[in-house]
Amino acid sequence: MMYNNEHFEPVITKFVNEAGSETIDFYINKENGYKALEKALKMKPAEVVDEVKKSNLRGRGGAGFPTGMKWSFMPANPVDANGNPKPKYLVCNADEGEPGTFKDRLIMTKTPHKMIEGMIIGGHAIGSNKGFVYIRGEFHKEIRLMQKAIDDAYARGFLGKNILGSDFHFDLVIYKGAGAYICGEETALLNSLEGKRGEPRLKPPFPAQVGAFGMPSCVNNVETFAAVPYIISEGAEKYAKMGTERAGGTRLIGVSGHVNKPGVYEFPMNLSINEIIEIAGGVKGGKLKAVIPGGASAPMLRADECDVKTDYESLAKAGTMAGSGGIIVMNDTVNIVEATYTLLKFYEHESCGQCSQCREGSHWLARMFKRILDGGGTQDDLDYVAKICGNMAGQTICAFADAVTGPALSSVKKFRNEFEELIRNGGLHGNKKQVNVNEGVHV
Amino acid sequence: MLSERIKNTINGIRHQFPTEQALLLPLLHEIQEEHGWLSIDSMKAAGEFLNLPLSKVREVASFYTMYKLEPCGKVDVQICTNISCWLNGSDKLVSCAEKKLGIKTGETTKDGKFTLSQVECLASCGTAPVVQMNQDYFENISTEEFSKLLDDASRDLDQGKVVGKSTQKPGVWP
Repeated sequence: MMYNNEHFEPVITKFVNEAGSETIDFYINKENGYKALEKALKMKPAEVVDEVKKSNLRGRGGAGFPTGMKWSFMPANPVDANGNPKPKYLVCNADEGEPGTFKDRLIMTKTPHKMIEGMIIGGHAIGSNKGFVYIRGEFHKEIRLMQKAIDDAYARGFLGKNILGSDFHFDLVIYKGAGAYICGEETALLNSLEGKRGEPRLKPPFPAQVGAFGMPSCVNNVETFAAVPYIISEGAEKYAKMGTERAGGTRLIGVSGHVNKPGVYEFPMNLSINEIIEIAGGVKGGKLKAVIPGGASAPMLRADECDVKTDYESLAKAGTMAGSGGIIVMNDTVNIVEATYTLLKFYEHESCGQCSQCREGSHWLARMFKRILDGGGTQDDLDYVAKICGNMAGQTICAFADAVTGPALSSVKKFRNEFEELIRNGGLHGNKKQVNVNEGVHV
Repeated sequence: MLSERIKNTINGIRHQFPTEQALLLPLLHEIQEEHGWLSIDSMKAAGEFLNLPLSKVREVASFYTMYKLEPCGKVDVQICTNISCWLNGSDKLVSCAEKKLGIKTGETTKDGKFTLSQVECLASCGTAPVVQMNQDYFENISTEEFSKLLDDASRDLDQGKVVGKSTQKPGVWP
């Protein structure tokens, strides 16, 4: 992978290209590691939360919720019905699986202690003595590496009892997922952590009230935690200044697809998509056709729309989202209907099936796109796509259904001519006659 | 049915979790690691060990794609066919494997060596296309390299070697 170190001072990836950056010695000696923890433990929890609030750090998992605010939702001294104190849990979401996103993996393999330090500081801030790191099960190597990092942190007294001589205790446990995209949704993750099916929960109650094992819990992304040590040691103001008015700091952006130098790059948020593609070596194998700017769930942009900046607000204004920071680049050899179909197949497979709108809708959409590709599409199908999507978005327990509509709707809206061409020409291979037109969806 | 090793492993992490059911995912992982898949009998044993009804074990086991509810080949060949891998030619890897192994996606070779599957995003989009063989990732892989990898794996299996679990050896870091 390539990493960008040239354009400004990175917060997270500064040393990732150096050998041994994942070790605790490297982190302590070269990166002033665990100094932020020392500082944070001398601050009151509320002061730490305030500092994170002031930094304008927003969740890096996809939703972009302000982290300081999320932390402040945690009750100070929760008690059960009998007046006994309840434990609070801090959970790290390392269930990275949004297509186009591969930044958390980089943090876990190259600079895991940054994330661990961020979690310990977070534990102090919200008054939790126990953290879980939920890592997707496919990440065997990452899990081993994280476990080694946690063991090392225990051995040096950064985890466990009386951390750095304070009265603060914090334990950290890895929980291995078992293959389910939906477990990246925070309440599905909590169910999975409890050993259950990874089905999202109805909210309210929010995790801050009823989270893991029924206790107040706070879930943050790997990259979010990894930014915390910098904020504490360098100050919220410096971090906030690096970003935009409403979102502080830098972002890890995964650039993949048709670019010459794919990889994870750390960027300030004032670069445009075109500039990012340029830094990633430019488009390979043809001219730029379309970009998915924030992981598979973000509506796609046409080449002529890619002058947009990559901060949260600019992308929202452009009708898409910054999401999880995965930029997928497609050149002009790509058939958009086919590309969208690969995404819809994914959603069809990964819908947890609790809500019928999502379970059926994702299935219908995938089948319709397939039918259009196979030559059985009709002009009406294109209107049906909008109709199905309208019945999915905002109608379900979690945001998965909304995510499905991102690629489905935007592809039809922005590349309608490609759909019409397939319908006219009888599919990708012009084999209209072989396809049963009645097959597929009837709305 | 459950080996002492499995019982000891699970008992060793019991104190980390407030409920018994939280141990279910780790327990199923351990069983599958030892048996290669999750049979009804092993799921029954898991339920008995954690005081959970079989229905609860099965509803969980069937939810997650990593749990195999049918016997699986010695090497689980998983090709990511999601967007970034697809843009970088993962369909060629699929046809290469299907041709070479003489099976379709979702099937196991007659000799029990390989199971072939197409999987969803493995978070390796920057080094696409990616194939996961058992626990190991092979990133940015060409059809030729993949073809050789399958040959090597087949030979290693013949020699009784473990394939695709280099992450289990101590000291193997990136």
